[in-house]
Amino acid sequence: MDNREFLMRRLHSLLGIIPVGLFLTQHLIVNHFATQGEAAFNKASHFMANLPFVIFLEIFVIYLPLMYHAFYGVYIAFTSKHNPGKYSYMRNILFVAQRFTGIFLVVFIAWHVFETRFQVAIGNAAEADFNMMENILSNPLMLAFYIVGVTAATFHLANGFWSFLVTWGITQSEKSQRMASYFTLLVFVVLTIIGIRALLAFV
Amino acid sequence: MGEAAKTVIFEIERRNSTDEEPYFEKFELPYRLNMNVISALMEIRRNPVTMDGKKTTPVTWDMNCLEEVCGACSMVINGKARQSCTALVDQLEQPIRLQPMKTFPVVRDLIVDRSRMFDSLKKVKAWVPIDGTHDLGDGPRMPERKRQWAYELSKCMTCGVCLEACPNVNDKSDFIGPAPLSQVRLMNAHPTGSMTRDERLNAIMGEGGLGSCGNSQNCVESCPKGIPLTTSIAALNRDTTVQMFRNFFGSDRMVD
Repeated sequence: MDNREFLMRRLHSLLGIIPVGLFLTQHLIVNHFATQGEAAFNKASHFMANLPFVIFLEIFVIYLPLMYHAFYGVYIAFTSKHNPGKYSYMRNILFVAQRFTGIFLVVFIAWHVFETRFQVAIGNAAEADFNMMENILSNPLMLAFYIVGVTAATFHLANGFWSFLVTWGITQSEKSQRMASYFTLLVFVVLTIIGIRALLAFV
Repeated sequence: MGEAAKTVIFEIERRNSTDEEPYFEKFELPYRLNMNVISALMEIRRNPVTMDGKKTTPVTWDMNCLEEVCGACSMVINGKARQSCTALVDQLEQPIRLQPMKTFPVVRDLIVDRSRMFDSLKKVKAWVPIDGTHDLGDGPRMPERKRQWAYELSKCMTCGVCLEACPNVNDKSDFIGPAPLSQVRLMNAHPTGSMTRDERLNAIMGEGGLGSCGNSQNCVESCPKGIPLTTSIAALNRDTTVQMFRNFFGSDRMVD
C-alpha cells in the first residue's frame, strides 16, 4: 500500500507545530524585549544569535522543517478548489484563509529572512540588532507589510493548530472541536498582540 | 379576473453530452401549491418550451425514490448541492438555477455519473466479509446503543453532495471524499466488520485517502442526512495514527 501522501500530509501537519510553530512563538516572545528598550532587545538577540551550535539549530529547527512545510503547503494550497462564496461556513472560510495566508507567508518570510539573517550571513550587517529593524520599519510601507505578515503568521499557526488537533485525531467530537476553536482564537489574539507590540516598539 | 397567474422561473445549465459546451436555458411555468424542483422538471418535460417561446429538447435528470433516501436526484440548486426532490419551490429564491454537480462527469443536462463513489467504496472495502467455505454462524452481538449510533452513519445514500461541497475533491486531487471515509468508520464499528479493520484503515491511508482532507467541514454542513462526517474523519484520524505506528513498528495487534 502506497501511503506516501498520507505520511507527507501528517509530517506537514506535525512540522507546522513542532518545530515551526514553537519557533514562531519563541521568536515573537524574544522580539517582545524590544518593548523594554534597545539594550534589552540587543542583549536577547545577541544571546539567541550566539547559542552553541546555532547553525545546526537553525538548519534542523528552522530551515529544513520550514522549507518542507512551505513547499508542500504551496502544493496543498493549489490542489484545492475554493468555494467560500457558495458554502460560506466559518470553517470553510478559515480553510481558504489558511491557504491564502500560507502563500503570503512564503513571500513574507522569504523577504524577512533575506533582509535580516541573510544580510548577516553575507557580511552586510554585523548582527540582526535593534538598529537593523528600526531602519526597516522606519518605512511605513514596510511596517504595514510586517504587521500583515505577523498577523498572517499568528493566524496560520493558531488555525493550523486547530487542524493539527483534528488531523492527529485529538479533537473528535463537535464540542471538542468547538472548544479547540475558542482556544486557538485565544492563541491567535495573544500572539498577535505580542507580535505587533514588538513591531511598534521599533517605530 | 383578479391577479395575474403566478409563475416560477427556472434557469437550467444544459449540455447534450459530457464533452459538449454547457449553455443555459430559461423556463417559465405556472406555479402550483407545494411544487418541488422535480415536479417543475416534469412540467418542463411535458412542455419543453423556453421562456422566449423556443421549442427545445426535454431537460434530463436522474431520480428514483422521491423521498430523499436514494440520492439519485442530487443537483446544484441556487449554488448549493442538494436533492431536487426535497427542494421546495416556495423556499427557493427565483430564478431557480439548476446545475449538475460538476465534481462528477456530467452525462447530459443534470445527470452525472457517480461511479467514482462506488469505486471508492470498493477501494476502502466498505462491506462486512462473511463469505467462506462453511457457515460461520451468528457474529458477535452489537450493543443496542452502539447500533443506534451506527444507524446514523448507515443513512449515507452515496448522493455525492459532500463531494460536490468539498474543496479538496476536484480534478487536481484524487481525494475520495468524506462519504466513503465515513463508511469505513461504520464498517469498522460492526462487530464482524471490525475483524478486518486494519485492512480498511490501510486502504484509507493510501493515495487520495484520509490524508487529503483539509478540514473545511463543508461536508458535515451539507450532508442531507445529517451524518457526523467530520467526527467520523477525526475518529479515523485517531485510528490511523495508531495504525501508522503499528505498521511502522510491526505490532502483533493488527486487530483489537
